[in-house]
Amino acid sequence: MSEYNGEIKKMMIILSKATLENVYAAFVLANGARMEGIEAEIFFTFFGLEAIHKKKLEHLHIATVGNPAMHMPTMLGGLPGMESLATMMMKKEMEKIDMPDVHEFLDIMVASGVKLWACKLAMDMFHYEKEDMYDEINDIITVGDFYKQGAGIGTHMLFI
Amino acid sequence: MEKEIAGKMISVNNEGYLTNFSQWTKEVGEAIALENHIIMTPRHWEVIAYLQNEHKNNVALSIRKIGKSDVLDIKEFYALFPQGPLKTSTKIAGIPKPASCI
Repeated sequence: MSEYNGEIKKMMIILSKATLENVYAAFVLANGARMEGIEAEIFFTFFGLEAIHKKKLEHLHIATVGNPAMHMPTMLGGLPGMESLATMMMKKEMEKIDMPDVHEFLDIMVASGVKLWACKLAMDMFHYEKEDMYDEINDIITVGDFYKQGAGIGTHMLFI
Repeated sequence: MEKEIAGKMISVNNEGYLTNFSQWTKEVGEAIALENHIIMTPRHWEVIAYLQNEHKNNVALSIRKIGKSDVLDIKEFYALFPQGPLKTSTKIAGIPKPASCI
C-alpha cells in the first residue's frame, strides 16, 4: 500500500449485464469516481453492450426473476408485464432522487470525462456495428487494449 | 476546528469545509483554491457566485443540476475544477460539501 498510500487513481469497470440495476451501478460508480477526481473507464461486454446500443438503451429492465431482493415469488416475477411494471415503478423512484435516464447518464459521463469502450468480441458475436452504438463511445477495443488502458499505479478493476 | 486561511482564523470541519459562511471572503476562497492548485479567474468566480446562490436557496447541488443550469455545462465545470469539481468548488465557495452521488 506504499503507492500513493493506496489511493485510487483510476477505476476500470467492466459491465457484462444489461439489467437496469447493474447498468446503474456501473454508471454511478464511474460518475462518482470522476466526481472525486478519479479517472474512470467502462468496458461494455456481452449483454452490457445493450446499455450503449441506441435502440436498446432506453428499454432496459430490472430483473424480477432470480432476484431475491424483489421479494416476489419467482413464478409471479415471470408473469407477462411484470418486468415492465417493476421497471416503471423503479424509474419513478429514480426520478424522485434526481437520477438521470440511461441516455442522459451516458451524456453526463462523457461530459465528465468517463471513457466508454465497446468489447470487440461481443460486438462481433451480436453482429452489432459501430453505427448501432451510442455516438460518443470512444472505440471498439479488445480485452488486451482495455488492460493497456488500465496501466499505471492506483488502478482498480471491477466486474459487474 | 479552526484553521488559518488568508491570515484569518476560520472555522472548518475535518475536511476543510467552512462551517460558518459569514467568515467567507473572496480572499478566503482564493486561498482555498490555491491549496487545491486552482488559480481563480473571473469565470471561476461566476461559478462560485452561482453555487453560493443555489445554496442560499436551499437547492441540493449535483453534477446533473449543474448540467441543466444556464450558467455552465458539465464539461466546463470539469475544466475549471479538474480534481472533483463539485467538492472543490463548494469548498472554495465556503458552502457544505454536497452529499450527492450523481
